[in-house]
Amino acid sequence: MQDEADTMTPDALSRFLAGYKPLAGVADELKRPDGSLRPVWASLMRYLAGQSAETLARAFARGDQYLHDTGVYFRQYTGTGSTVRDWPLSHVPVVIDGAEWAALADGIAQRAELLERVMADLYGPGNLVRDGFLPADLVAQNPEWLRPIVNIRPRSGNFLHFLAFEIGRSPDGSWFVLGDRTQAPSGAGFALENRMASSRVFHDLMPKANVERLAGFFRSFRDAMNGLRGDNDGRVAILTPGQHTDTYYEHAYIARYLGFSLLECEDLKVQDGRLSVRTINGPEPVGVLWRRLDSRFADPLELDETSALGTPGMVSALRAGAMDMVNCLGSGVLEARALMAFLPRISQHLMGAPLKLPNIATWWCGQPTERAYVLNNLERMMIGPAQSTKLPFDIDATTALGGKFRGTAHSSVADWIEREGATLVGQEAVTLSTTPAMIDGKLAPRPMVVRVFAARTPEGWAVMPGGYARIGRSGDPAALAMQAGGSVADVWVMADQPVVPDTLSKTDSGPFLRRLPGLLPARAADNLFWLGRYVERAEGGVRVLRAYHLRLEEYGRRTVPLVNGLGQFLDGFGIDPEEPIPATLLGQFDASVICASKVRDRFSTDGWNALNDLSATGHDLATRVLPGDDAARAMSVLLRKIAGFSGLVHDNMFRFLGWRFLTLGRALERADQMASVLSVFADPDVVGGGFDAAIEIGDSVMTHRRRYSVETNRDTVIDVLALDRDNPRSILFQLDRMREEEARLAELSGMAEMGEASRRILMLQTALAVSGPEAISTRRLRRIRRELAAISEALTAQYLS
Amino acid sequence: MSQSYDITLKIAYLYDSPAAASRTLLRMLPRNLPEQQLLYGVVTTNPAPDYRLDDIDFFGNPTTEVSHERRLSEIEFLFRGRVLRHGTPGGLDLSCALDSLPRELAQIQSIGPESPHHFLGPSPRLRPEPEIAAFARDCARPGMSALAAAEALSLALHEAFDFDPEATEVTTTPIEAFRARRGVCQDISHVMITGLRALGIPAGYVSGFLRTIPPKGQERLAGADAMHAWVRAWCGGETGWVEFDPTNAIRAGTDHVTVAVGRDYSDVAPAKGSLRSEGSHDTTHQVDVVPV
Repeated sequence: MQDEADTMTPDALSRFLAGYKPLAGVADELKRPDGSLRPVWASLMRYLAGQSAETLARAFARGDQYLHDTGVYFRQYTGTGSTVRDWPLSHVPVVIDGAEWAALADGIAQRAELLERVMADLYGPGNLVRDGFLPADLVAQNPEWLRPIVNIRPRSGNFLHFLAFEIGRSPDGSWFVLGDRTQAPSGAGFALENRMASSRVFHDLMPKANVERLAGFFRSFRDAMNGLRGDNDGRVAILTPGQHTDTYYEHAYIARYLGFSLLECEDLKVQDGRLSVRTINGPEPVGVLWRRLDSRFADPLELDETSALGTPGMVSALRAGAMDMVNCLGSGVLEARALMAFLPRISQHLMGAPLKLPNIATWWCGQPTERAYVLNNLERMMIGPAQSTKLPFDIDATTALGGKFRGTAHSSVADWIEREGATLVGQEAVTLSTTPAMIDGKLAPRPMVVRVFAARTPEGWAVMPGGYARIGRSGDPAALAMQAGGSVADVWVMADQPVVPDTLSKTDSGPFLRRLPGLLPARAADNLFWLGRYVERAEGGVRVLRAYHLRLEEYGRRTVPLVNGLGQFLDGFGIDPEEPIPATLLGQFDASVICASKVRDRFSTDGWNALNDLSATGHDLATRVLPGDDAARAMSVLLRKIAGFSGLVHDNMFRFLGWRFLTLGRALERADQMASVLSVFADPDVVGGGFDAAIEIGDSVMTHRRRYSVETNRDTVIDVLALDRDNPRSILFQLDRMREEEARLAELSGMAEMGEASRRILMLQTALAVSGPEAISTRRLRRIRRELAAISEALTAQYLS
Repeated sequence: MSQSYDITLKIAYLYDSPAAASRTLLRMLPRNLPEQQLLYGVVTTNPAPDYRLDDIDFFGNPTTEVSHERRLSEIEFLFRGRVLRHGTPGGLDLSCALDSLPRELAQIQSIGPESPHHFLGPSPRLRPEPEIAAFARDCARPGMSALAAAEALSLALHEAFDFDPEATEVTTTPIEAFRARRGVCQDISHVMITGLRALGIPAGYVSGFLRTIPPKGQERLAGADAMHAWVRAWCGGETGWVEFDPTNAIRAGTDHVTVAVGRDYSDVAPAKGSLRSEGSHDTTHQVDVVPV
């Protein structure tokens, strides 16, 4: 590869770049105004020019395959709901020169520090308003200026710890800030995923291209968060609004990557002025919370009273100094567009220096001079709500551009500004720079913004050497948002010397440290328990359905007593045997996926993919399978998929506490399924062929043949399917498993006395162990099912609520 | 002129199915202000809480945060105490003209709790309502002072509204109450605040008590058998905050005892609770304000 690229004639490269023509008056990342290539792009361009269309397509496919396999998605909102879409990666990264980046990072660090001081003032003495640097009404009417936070001093002394900034390049080539992301910035995890994907696309170029690595930044931030714990015994956790938020994937991903627990508000509880997480062993203290939830939803008691997401008492715990929050509640106040009109002067005042990195020129229309200026320059202004936190070009009906409305709601822009000036800002209508995107096999310039990230560390603000670029679908900057069909790209910051590969786990010195054992929130345990139950319930249904369709094929009629009996049995579980792939079964697959999606951070990618594949296969088969042989075969396919999932989970998953709940759920459900099968098909009055059907459903045909030299009779069926300790399908086998797993849980929770769940499991296990087949009557089987239900309730009461 | 009152406020929750755990933020303790003093008094809960923290909120209102970690089918919150209330001087209207309020406002460079800037924009339960704004504009004649405009709106609302405890609930929006022209002190106050803000007059919500037994020869005031609510309006830098009781078409005076002030009801609710409970619950309020 290298040879190919290095020996490439200059002609080949210029041919490759010839079609790339930036617009006049727009800065371009790739080419200078005179049309020559910027040197920092040279190695990437030589590489691309040296690939055939086929190898390039294969390379891009490698990146897409990675994203698909890891399950990176985003949620697209439509008028009626939302759908999950593939991750729209633009494969060509944005390349930025290292020296240029260093200057940018310096400006970012200054801005981060400035914002910290502004925040401390707005939630402290209020001097900026008193001394005329900020208008009082602008602060008072900012919906993110949260009055209950005023006068709270963060335990660590700092309000802000993790920030993002949207930056763009103006036509003169200089960088400027379009928006500050201080509330709960997302995108750092996506930047990391984009990097993973782009290092697969360019797997032979990356190692020798001097691209700055991202791991060091995350390591510093992780260590800084651990450092915030101080001497406190509280843990570090990430707070997410839950799986329905559009960035949930990122929350789960970053939690796994950094090794922090992912919690939802309902996991948390404030008790005695401290914040704790409800775990299976009772409350555990939380000392540092990386908040990915907007502040005002965090506490229905003191903040938004309508919030269904919050934790009552959160503000009180923060006020009491019982924890640190990244970032402190109320940090969204800094995102309002209008603030940018005042930051240049505030920077002089608070930092004693001008902004090293300017922000987009902004005028608040609540002041007479500024309002007049905006009115006189309407043609080069974007006018929008002053308190909006959106980027200037995230244009909606309430935005006017170049003196005209995008929507049709208003008559005259000038009237509007005169009437509602205090709620409006004018921002300079900027032109963003363009960067190359591969469109239909050719490079084409597209507008871009880059989100950069800064984290507070004990050594000061660290800026991630890279970022999250958004690329427009067309030349229109308004089409940058992913919701509008834009795409995303990796950002390569090029060092001028070779870069040492880096990973998160690198430690230079110091003793080996074992992390605190992971927390298992009761909600997560509950989802794992039910995941185990749903998958097993689906498997039980599939086995009976297969037996049904095999016999339907054999006898040809539903009225044959055995076929009819199996059909009625299915009916009793809400499964309609007339449907080749019953809706109830699909519902169980869906329920399994939902349970798993709520604990994505605890799930391997393989396990997650296997489960989704199972569900997708079920839905696909449902569209075309016919009753009888075809359906029986479909059931075998599904059984293999279920076995694949179970194998991944049970053979490969580390024996975390969570795994024990999954196993408990599965064993409990399997015991219940078996008891119900036996209560019908091992009944002395069952129709002919019933015993054999039970053995087949119980997957024990070979076992039975080996063990008993006789035909099936009631005693042999009960013996092998209920009482055989070595048969992984028998009821007693499940109780042995449950006993073992539950004992481990009880031991970890340090309970002095035997709990209700332990007691009930032990009683049922013992009763079965000392029984012979003749004692297991149909009535006894029904009682076993009731006892299993009581065990489930006891487990729920003890660990899962 | 001054008057002392012995005051009792009892708020009780009765749950259908026992609540697993609850946390409640109370604003039940009357404030100490230039025009009133809390002589003695205490907020208690029954059963006793597992955690309690007394504090002061942003607007200066005393708060009591309590939590119960047990399953409870009943909780009761109680304030009992004595308050001395002084009269507020009436006198000449020295407030600024309505159209010079913006200039007066711009002079106030503060985001402290008494700053009028908190009380002009939308607040958690109140947003601009064109119908109420039009009603308010009809009350305000050109050249009127801020105080006179507020007074006029208070009287107009008193005329327009029927006091009707059956017509609305605690969650009724101002526009619903306004269209029905019915409601209780909370509704009328919310409507008046919305109207005042539309006129550019910063306006806030006051919760408190009204004397239960009228002085000899006077009629009993409406809203005295529950917690009362009225309105404060900012009438310029000189005059400052003036309190109006639109439910009774009077200024707040010796009959009124302030418990909390805020932008709207959500800032001053006497008991804000959260609990983990499946079923519904019943709430009862009981108020006694006895002159002594």
